[in-house]
Amino acid sequence: MTGLSIDNLSMRFDLPGGGAVQALQNVSVDLKAGELMSVLGPSGCGKTTLLNIVAGFLAPTGGKLVLNGHQVTGPDAERGMVFQQGALFEWMSVRENVGFGPSMKGMPTAEKSQVVDHLLEVVGLQDFKEKAVYELSGGMQQRVALARCLANDPDVILMDEPLGALDALTREKMQSLVLKLWKETGKTIILITHSVEEALLLGERLIVMAPRPGRIHKEYRLPFAEMGVNADLREVKKHPEFAERREEILGMIWDMEEEIMGRTEGAA
Amino acid sequence: MIPFALYVAIFAIAFIVASQIAKRRALQDYTSLKTVTFGDESAVRPNRAAGVVSILTIFLLWGMFTGSALLPGFLHAPGPFEGTARFTYTAQAEDGRRDDAAVTVLVHKREVEVDAPEVTPGDGFAKDDGVKVAQWRNVLIAVDKNDDIRKRDGAQVVAIDGQPISPGASVKVDGGTVSLSDKGTPNFQPANGWQMEPLYLPAPEAVWTRMLKIADEGFRNTSLLGHLGWSLFRVVAGFVCGAIIGIPLGYAMGLSNWFRGWFDPIVEFMRPVPPLALIPLVIIWAGIGEVGKIILLFLAALWIMAIAARSGVSGVKISKVHAAYSLGASKWQIMRYVIIPNSLPEIFTGARVAMGVCWGTVVAAELVAAEKGAGMMIMVASKFQNTDIVIMGIVLIGIIGFGIDMLMRYAERLLVPWKGKG
Ligand SMILES: Nc1ncnc2c1ncn2[C@@H]1O[C@H](COP(=O)(O)OP(=O)(O)OP(=O)(O)O)[C@@H](O)[C@H]1O
Ligand SMILES: [Mg+2]
Repeated sequence: MTGLSIDNLSMRFDLPGGGAVQALQNVSVDLKAGELMSVLGPSGCGKTTLLNIVAGFLAPTGGKLVLNGHQVTGPDAERGMVFQQGALFEWMSVRENVGFGPSMKGMPTAEKSQVVDHLLEVVGLQDFKEKAVYELSGGMQQRVALARCLANDPDVILMDEPLGALDALTREKMQSLVLKLWKETGKTIILITHSVEEALLLGERLIVMAPRPGRIHKEYRLPFAEMGVNADLREVKKHPEFAERREEILGMIWDMEEEIMGRTEGAA
Repeated sequence: MIPFALYVAIFAIAFIVASQIAKRRALQDYTSLKTVTFGDESAVRPNRAAGVVSILTIFLLWGMFTGSALLPGFLHAPGPFEGTARFTYTAQAEDGRRDDAAVTVLVHKREVEVDAPEVTPGDGFAKDDGVKVAQWRNVLIAVDKNDDIRKRDGAQVVAIDGQPISPGASVKVDGGTVSLSDKGTPNFQPANGWQMEPLYLPAPEAVWTRMLKIADEGFRNTSLLGHLGWSLFRVVAGFVCGAIIGIPLGYAMGLSNWFRGWFDPIVEFMRPVPPLALIPLVIIWAGIGEVGKIILLFLAALWIMAIAARSGVSGVKISKVHAAYSLGASKWQIMRYVIIPNSLPEIFTGARVAMGVCWGTVVAAELVAAEKGAGMMIMVASKFQNTDIVIMGIVLIGIIGFGIDMLMRYAERLLVPWKGKG
């Protein structure tokens, strides 16, 4: 059986001064291979924690995680991660960064350089092959990060606010790129974002999480990702259902934030 | 006091002149367009002119107050008196009779030998005297020795150049000062002027010629390069040993709880102990030979390198390590491709500090005991009051220390160009 099954996942952080934070409680999602899911939620609702568990950096305190029939117990090349920023290796050139995964596997040089060249072309950085990564702009760096992840040919790609640090224009271009790569490669992708529009655009499926304890509040199946592939994203945003969903979800998150603020005010 | 006042004056005048010139030229670069510069550290750049003037000023003052031949004479501070000084003294016999006699003092340079001036005794019971004295020195003049009525007969010196004087007091005369000792003997001190005595501060060119001479002849059976080379060799040997042990130790401390727990108390304890404080113990244990010195420098470098490597490891962004793991890297590959390159900038910074500390420590250790080395040269020279060698040694030590640091910086730029770009 293929796909990623997140089964009743819970995560409790015991705090050093006593007490505990229930970062996740009974989170269950089944993702078929090739599905694109975005995750939205107010700050501190456990999105990063969820992603870290799926990546294998954290072991959950309850529940389990099954990918393609085997249980996930640690980080592995089958699950690639794209971080918000600063996870590139600045001591390596763009080429070496993208070729990192293949190098670790011991891929022959000729084959590796073919993979790297191809991916750099896909993300439009073929002219920057020998540049140092710190000589690139933020958007270019994220494209390198994407290419680096893809070079390893993972089954699942995990992205934690990959476009969060970019300006609006670059961000829109990158959104198109993510959609294009998703369609072309058929990867399973989980993408965390703080932007409701981005979540709507980059999610066949969208889950909205609620905080304390972190849990799934609402799930959607959306047509916009399909529509957006190789199309103008601004046109997609004009779709009447898009605006409707956006208002609905914004209201939902707004209410959650209100509730959090109210609770902290009540405690103070 | 005077040199300091001059220094401040040159500083102020150069500043005013340079800022006037800069205003005339009104440079139009980005920084000059900033309206807020006071408090904006990035707008503060070392002024090249100030740097040049600063160095020139030091040599100027050095030359002025040592009477350097490199400077035209009018720039010299007033020098010590040289030539013949004359004064008269008035002797008074017990019965109240008085008589004047002249004293001729020949003030000569210290390095030339002269004879005391010949004088005719003159008349009266007090006879004229002729004495010599070197610059910067003073001379007790037993003026009564050739007099008819001597001190033990009750004669006293009661005036110099007609001005009354008593034991302990002094009178200014042409070319110097005459004071009367407690026992009533005149003491002549030639005027020193404002210049420093070469014994305390030789002129720049004296230091230079001494350096050429030592470079040619060597010092204590070892050439100049030999002395400096030995010091450098000790530093490099000690540093390399310290780095070879310290860097892996630091990595282990950054990667393993057990190593961290085991070595943290030792490293944190040894870190504040200055290496100089270890010199006596190292000498007791290992003697004053090369082994002792290299052990000392090893200890000086060890903790610095261990701490640098440790903080290099803890400075690795966790997202980089995570990224590497999910790209399929093994622990060993994480070490090789992520942790080591990521910690190199810190290690280089540590290495620069360690080299600086080692260079200082080796000089200090050689001051204490050594047969060769820059510090030994200074120490021996100071025992023989060869101030020129001492100054030469200090300048060379400074230049080499600076050179080491420049070399390390250059290597850093070459080898870790990603420093600070993470
Ligand atoms: N290592 C940890 N120790 C203790 N508590 C933690 C730890 N990591 C996360 N938490 C807590 O778990 C909760 C979820 O954190 P998480 O980082 O997953 O939130 P998030 O949804 O990613 O927030 P954001 O949108 O701000 O990134 C928070 O309340 C946080 O304080
Ligand atoms: Mg987060």
